[in-house]
Amino acid sequence: MSAAQVLFILVSTVTLFSAVMVVSVRRMMHAALWLIVSLLGVAVLFVLLQAGFFAMVQVLIYIGAISILIIFAVMLTRQVMSEKIPQLNRGWVAGLVAAGGLMIILAFVFRDFPGSLATTMGDPSAGDVVTLGKALADPNGFAIPFELASILLVAALIGTIYIAMERKGGEQ
Amino acid sequence: MDFWTDPYLFLVNWLHGLLVGWGLPDAIASFILMFAGAFVLAMGAMLFVLGLIWFERKLVGRFQDRFGPNRVGPWGIIQPLADMLKIFTKEHITPAGVDPLPYNLGPVLAVAAVLAIWAVLPFTISLVGADLDVSVLYVVAIGGLGEIAVVLSGWGSNNKYALLAAFRSVAQLLSYEVPLVIALLVPVMLSGSLSLNQIVREQGVWYIVLAPVAAFIFFIASIAEVGRSPFDLTEAESELVAGFNIEYSGLKFGMFYVADFLHAFTISLLFAVLFLGGWRGPYAEQYPLLGLVYFMLKAGAVYFINIWMRASFPRFRIDQMMGISWKLLTPLAIGAVILTAVIDKLLPGGELLPYGDYVRVGVMLGANLVLVVIAGALMALQKRKHMLQEFPIAASKGFTVRDVSVNRGTK
Repeated sequence: MSAAQVLFILVSTVTLFSAVMVVSVRRMMHAALWLIVSLLGVAVLFVLLQAGFFAMVQVLIYIGAISILIIFAVMLTRQVMSEKIPQLNRGWVAGLVAAGGLMIILAFVFRDFPGSLATTMGDPSAGDVVTLGKALADPNGFAIPFELASILLVAALIGTIYIAMERKGGEQ
Repeated sequence: MDFWTDPYLFLVNWLHGLLVGWGLPDAIASFILMFAGAFVLAMGAMLFVLGLIWFERKLVGRFQDRFGPNRVGPWGIIQPLADMLKIFTKEHITPAGVDPLPYNLGPVLAVAAVLAIWAVLPFTISLVGADLDVSVLYVVAIGGLGEIAVVLSGWGSNNKYALLAAFRSVAQLLSYEVPLVIALLVPVMLSGSLSLNQIVREQGVWYIVLAPVAAFIFFIASIAEVGRSPFDLTEAESELVAGFNIEYSGLKFGMFYVADFLHAFTISLLFAVLFLGGWRGPYAEQYPLLGLVYFMLKAGAVYFINIWMRASFPRFRIDQMMGISWKLLTPLAIGAVILTAVIDKLLPGGELLPYGDYVRVGVMLGANLVLVVIAGALMALQKRKHMLQEFPIAASKGFTVRDVSVNRGTK
């Protein structure tokens, strides 16, 4: 086994273990912290694949923004310190069926996906930011999906402002 | 390679040769050297803080017409060492009911998040910890870890004041990250690279000259990110007990203290890299160590202005502070980005025009000036509208009322 393989197994073990901890620890705050560890593990996997840009984006968006948001939401939840909150609600059977179905579908998809059996540890050009940027702005590349995504984000932004806006005249 | 042209590379090559000579494989020798480099850099940064603390206390003392520390050693220069020894020997007090993992992780993460930025800073042309091609993104991403440290320590302390302070603090950090990151785009666009070292290399003309508005926004937002006066609401001594770190004592508090000073200087280093040409200077490429001197001088100048502001300005109220970020800095930063993109496309620098660079600099400066004038006019308009609405009588008689930014939400 090469050093890269050892690192890969180590990092993915940590990632999967913390992902399991996210759903199994009783304290919500600790679950949020385990989530951060898990996301950090994914970022390290990106580094191992020599995709530095994606690793940085992973840390920036998932750890810097989304997990902070989750932590805020956890802090605003009542009974958050108690360890007696039930971990399952009534919908757990439906949840199990949905998750299991999704996993089976994904397994079928990945069986036919050629990249899942690749043995090389990544392509040096994968982390090339310039190539990515040009592809995103190229009309023959991904310009239209990129613009559509920006329109979606702008719509979300305007929607948020509308919900949070103080009405003129003001209902009390 | 001669020792005197580049002592750093000379030393690294010599050590590498030594380790390989002892029979170690090439990869392991490189790994050991990287590890040693990280250790030396982190250690150097932490020891450097001792000097910074003395410098800052002395300077703030002078600004406030006091002496500052002057008892331990000549000019009080050993004072931080004495403070450090004292903090090392203090007892670790853990309050009842803390959540141990977040409580203990908070201070460590606070220092780590700052130290990690040093890994990508180009100190000289060759002395870079890790020359990532996305180091600008790395700096922004690592900044997010600092926010997590604040949340963790506020939450873990089992103290509602600490928790409230953490909320306030993170709200401030998140809002000022927006203009900071948008202003960062300007040097990235001008240099066409996300690598800090490349940004320095491209700065034949310092970017503070090409993009003064972006530099100004970055400077203001970076002071807010560090949480220093006039943005020190996170530890407003007269209003809050102490901020999110109230339950910490001894060395754990010391960690926050060190992180605070180190962050203030790190952000000055970043400003020097992005807008003041980093290690650039006469003969910096032939003699890289000279670049380190230039770099530290530039960062020191920025740090001095930082302290100057800290000693001179009163604190903002929280709604004023949020208003500055969202209503002034963010729109201005977006304007600066659009303007820079258009001008950079029209006048791409180089030898296209006669006196190409001069024209480019002139147009950039003019455009920035126009942007500032427009922003000023819009602000004046806004203020007049607000005055007419809130204080109609005074406004109709031509008086101005000092406190015009009444928060509507709490009235």
